[in-house]
Amino acid sequence: MPHITPRELKPTYDVIVVGSGAAGGQSAYTLTMEGASVLMLEAGRNYDPVKETPMFQTNGMAPLRAVETPDKPQGFHDATVGGGVALPGEPYVNASDDPEQRFLWWRPRMLGGRTNHWGRNSYRNGPYDFKSFSRDGLAVDWPISYEDLAPYYDKVEMLIGVFGANHGLENTPDSPPGVLLPPPKPRIGEMLAQRRAQGLGIRIIPMPRAVLSQRLDHERLPAKLHPGNAKAQRILAADMQARAACFWATFCPRGCAIRANYQSTTVHLPPALATGNLDLLTNAMVREITLTPTGRASGVVFIDKTTGEEHRATGRAVVLAGGSLESVRLLLNSKSARFPAGLGNTNGLLGRYIMDSVGSVLTGQIPLLESLPPHNEDGAGGAHVYAPWWLYKEQKAGKLDFPRAYHIEFVSGKRMPSLGTGSGLDSLTNGSYGRQFKTDVRRYYGSFITFSGRGEMIPNEKSFCEIDPALKDRWGIPVLRIHWQRTEYEYRQVAHMQKTFAEMITAMGGTPRQTPDLTGHKAILPGGQVKHEVGGARMGAEARTSVTNAWGQIWDVPNVVVADGAGFCTSADKNPTLTILALAWRAADHLLEELRKGNA
Amino acid sequence: MTPISHDRLSRREALKWMLTAMATTALLDVSRLGADEESLAPLPSGGYGLDPDLTKVYNPGDLWPLTMTPKERRAATALCETIIPADGQSPSAADVGVPQFIDEWISAPYPAQVTDRALVIEGLAWLDAEAQRRFTADYADLVHLQKVQICDGICYIPKAKPDYKRAAQFFRRFRDLTAGGFYTTPQGTKDLEYIGNVPLVSFEGPPLALIQKLGLA
Repeated sequence: MPHITPRELKPTYDVIVVGSGAAGGQSAYTLTMEGASVLMLEAGRNYDPVKETPMFQTNGMAPLRAVETPDKPQGFHDATVGGGVALPGEPYVNASDDPEQRFLWWRPRMLGGRTNHWGRNSYRNGPYDFKSFSRDGLAVDWPISYEDLAPYYDKVEMLIGVFGANHGLENTPDSPPGVLLPPPKPRIGEMLAQRRAQGLGIRIIPMPRAVLSQRLDHERLPAKLHPGNAKAQRILAADMQARAACFWATFCPRGCAIRANYQSTTVHLPPALATGNLDLLTNAMVREITLTPTGRASGVVFIDKTTGEEHRATGRAVVLAGGSLESVRLLLNSKSARFPAGLGNTNGLLGRYIMDSVGSVLTGQIPLLESLPPHNEDGAGGAHVYAPWWLYKEQKAGKLDFPRAYHIEFVSGKRMPSLGTGSGLDSLTNGSYGRQFKTDVRRYYGSFITFSGRGEMIPNEKSFCEIDPALKDRWGIPVLRIHWQRTEYEYRQVAHMQKTFAEMITAMGGTPRQTPDLTGHKAILPGGQVKHEVGGARMGAEARTSVTNAWGQIWDVPNVVVADGAGFCTSADKNPTLTILALAWRAADHLLEELRKGNA
Repeated sequence: MTPISHDRLSRREALKWMLTAMATTALLDVSRLGADEESLAPLPSGGYGLDPDLTKVYNPGDLWPLTMTPKERRAATALCETIIPADGQSPSAADVGVPQFIDEWISAPYPAQVTDRALVIEGLAWLDAEAQRRFTADYADLVHLQKVQICDGICYIPKAKPDYKRAAQFFRRFRDLTAGGFYTTPQGTKDLEYIGNVPLVSFEGPPLALIQKLGLA
């Protein structure tokens, strides 16, 4: 059984992977399929989505009608177990209690990490997103280009299964033929938005999402993903046949018991375990990376959370994939005589330039969507369409007062009734109650549309994290102190979102439910709330200005690889998961090469 | 405020601060009905924790004791009935366990629910007091027309008289809880003709007639 206890640790491994989410899952998958022996350490508990996912539970079956609470901040049926912002015994510190400088650090603590609950929205970064400094002079360029990563986006999309469509739009890359699965039809509210937004110059197109709109082609894809590797092809073909196609019900963030969407626990870990090359240890909180006398990484020290005992594991290389800020914390806590400021921090850049997507929402009520005939609008457990950024040319020409892109996601339709159903209608109904109220709820149910922006934040000097000099968690590990500030770039972007959302609602013949915030300061979501935190150990072309090289290797200690979002130089407006997966696959390929050469 | 003095920040303080931050985010925008939280009965501490069984079916009272007094429950049941009565399409909110849900809600140990507890308990007491003042009977014992006379004065905050604004805030919150409680029951869900949450072989999108009706064909 590859799920092991600390007593069953092998004397040494080729690679120790810290974390089991997108980056950890992809790293372990790529490494084990190519024959490396891997130990995966996960700070949370074991989790079995096949047995534990609430697939058809209604909100009425949950405590408090399944609303979010401090114990389940994403709602009761969200896949996350043991995670959140307020973790017992695992504090962090905000450097300021100014609400605008607050950072909500959401930490999953479970096998598969946040891939169990994410929205499955799977965007490729575009060519501009890797070279934005060259375009507008802000932040830095990545040491890689879109062309470097494109083959890995292809491979990831074929492995995990992504539906979508190609449109040839600016900085919104197409996928090669035969890679994407067909997108589902749009819902009626999505169609209405699509039509009416045209007049505003906004294109609404199928959203790429990691959901199997049909089963993966197990005869064609394994050979493309693992050429010349018969064992890997056989394992992957068998596993692809064990994944069902979407049955168009239940909300993706609950996870998926039939394995129809991507989560590390349903897509990466089963084949990785089938290779026999993966040992998996849960409830293992890694405290620090250990060094050999010559200054190379020798392994890690971790705490078995079930006993509180400390253990050591040894490997030829260590891959960090515990989530951007958690990876930074581990590096900062890996202090030694050789690296007194933490591993990879010789230039003082470790922990710098952390980012989260810029977010804001606005809801509208649309009379055209009232009292529609009943039909099933569940669909693929999330959005079917979105609007990619449409003003690159105007931005380039200096016509906007903020420098970077955002895209628009939205929710509409008659979704499964929740505590919010029938709520807050009084401004539409003059406060009706009784029989009239029941008639009103029937009329308005499904007539709302909520627009949500996801924008690029410019990394700045005032958003960084460091080790708190005093506070430790229950395992005795020093905790992070987070400094967080937005700049006018972000506030102006949010103001533009709010204005645009109001225009879209008006174009649909509707009325915004709130006053659009044209300052951006009120509507901007708090830092961390979007849970797209990236940066802190950025990659770069030279050691002076970055923490890792273009393959995620720490400059000072190249057998430590940062595989997660910590390596991002800039955040792009695109949600980061697909890019994390592609970068992790690329880093693992490079690490395999280094292992073969004897460099690690 | 100045930055938290990290050398004096204890683990307990850090946790407390984060919980406060969380609560601020989760809190619904509800003004108080002048309730004094100190006067309310203390709640049991502890919710369902970070790792509850997600596949189980839970009923009010399973996780924490329900705390409404019989008098409060009686008023709550009557008000649920006023807000969502039975009609040709579905039963009343009171018939499908919504008062029990509201009791679960106001008895819960989480910050947003604790805030609502103050509003709801004070509001239910006000409702009976108002009924006694005007009709010398508890709200539950009034005839429909008398109930309507009270509710018409508090059903819409902008139209409520100054002395009734706080009662109107209570009514708004109680109506939202009643609606959310009702439409998440099987009977309420059926009332809305929600027909999802069933596995399908394919997703066909909206019916063609609807697409044509909205001019989107």
